[in-house]
Amino acid sequence: MATTATVHKTSWWSGGKSPFNVEYGKLMMWYFLMSDTFTFGALLISYGTIRFSQNYWPNPGDVFNTFPGAGEANLPLAFVSLMTFILIMSSVTMVLAVHAGHQGNKKGVVKWLAWTIVGGLAFLSCQAWEWTHLLTGEHPTLINGQIKLLAQTMSHNPWGHLVEGSAVADALKNTSPDVLAKLVYEHNQSMSMAQLTAMPADQLAKMVNVAKLHVHEAGPVGFGGFFYGITGFHGFHVFSGVVINIVMLVMTTKGVFERRGHYLMIEKAGLYWHFVDLVWVFVFLCFYLI
Amino acid sequence: MSNQNVTVEATLHHAPADNLVKRIWKTFWILLIITIVELALGLLLHKLDLPDNTKRMMIKGVIIILSLAKAYFIVAIFMHLGDEMSKMILSILIPLLLIIWVIVAFLIDGTAYKQMRNRYDKSFNTKTMNLPQKQAPKGKTVPLK
Repeated sequence: MATTATVHKTSWWSGGKSPFNVEYGKLMMWYFLMSDTFTFGALLISYGTIRFSQNYWPNPGDVFNTFPGAGEANLPLAFVSLMTFILIMSSVTMVLAVHAGHQGNKKGVVKWLAWTIVGGLAFLSCQAWEWTHLLTGEHPTLINGQIKLLAQTMSHNPWGHLVEGSAVADALKNTSPDVLAKLVYEHNQSMSMAQLTAMPADQLAKMVNVAKLHVHEAGPVGFGGFFYGITGFHGFHVFSGVVINIVMLVMTTKGVFERRGHYLMIEKAGLYWHFVDLVWVFVFLCFYLI
Repeated sequence: MSNQNVTVEATLHHAPADNLVKRIWKTFWILLIITIVELALGLLLHKLDLPDNTKRMMIKGVIIILSLAKAYFIVAIFMHLGDEMSKMILSILIPLLLIIWVIVAFLIDGTAYKQMRNRYDKSFNTKTMNLPQKQAPKGKTVPLK
């Protein structure tokens, strides 16, 4: 009886083999990613909770409408589309690296892994530009009856309700000459900033191109914290993914996996990298699309 | 120590190589097309600036469903989870069901908080409830006289 049991009962849980038919490290990577899903889920859900508790939330098309080198052109969501494309593309090159690993094709692994690293670095560079642009931008915002120039920071949001025409006219009367000079200069560079700042405020106020000027009220402060917190945490994941991929690339070129006989490590690094892409799907959804 | 004993069991079952590469690129095109559709809908939301809340919510709902489809393709094809044993898949997906509950609970809580503040904190209401008819049309500000 005992002998028949050992021969015929291929119980997955009786030891001797992996019950999930998967290598230990890979399984643990999956469970790590599951826990990371909870972390990102908690962050995004807290963002959602605050957003749902507000009467007004900025329109992503107004916030993310610039493209490097395009100046003042209004291009909503264009840059973030590029970032999304880069990340999807790097996911493809990663899966091709994993595939080359399955075939024991060292050259293929090196090639696709290198492209994945390039994609990751490109994404990080895009994010650096996007953050810098948001943090240093100067957006006319109506505060206490006057116009101030605000950036998108952790403590300010310049994308509240759009202010109606007559209120803008009133606010311009109270606005400081420095801000007025900048507002004039933004749409009319016929005079230098030095010339403009020397002019009296009431004259400057008349020179402001009100038709092109979009003055907003201050928006919900929580926007900045959640945006930088969550995209920053995702960016940190991309960064660590790039570091992991570089380590994998060095190990591959040194022939570590070749000697080991399998490229399972590439597969695990790949899981992490795809997860980064997966999280971006939801960051993209929550901050840029809806 | 277990590394030496690792058999390559995880790579035992695989479709022929050419098929796999084809599947990867097919998935890439699917993801790209879904992303483009999502972007088109996102831009539509922005351009139309629909006053009708239900229509906006419907478009957003479609975008969310498309995002979930993208997530499915990334996990199932790129991460090869679809090729693993079903009990392993379940050991990962069942705990994630908790997230559905957290989303529902917290978003309801956020909404309740908003309603409470609007009812009891009138300054919050007047500060943030800019009525649509008071707003100038988008992109058109009345010229300064």
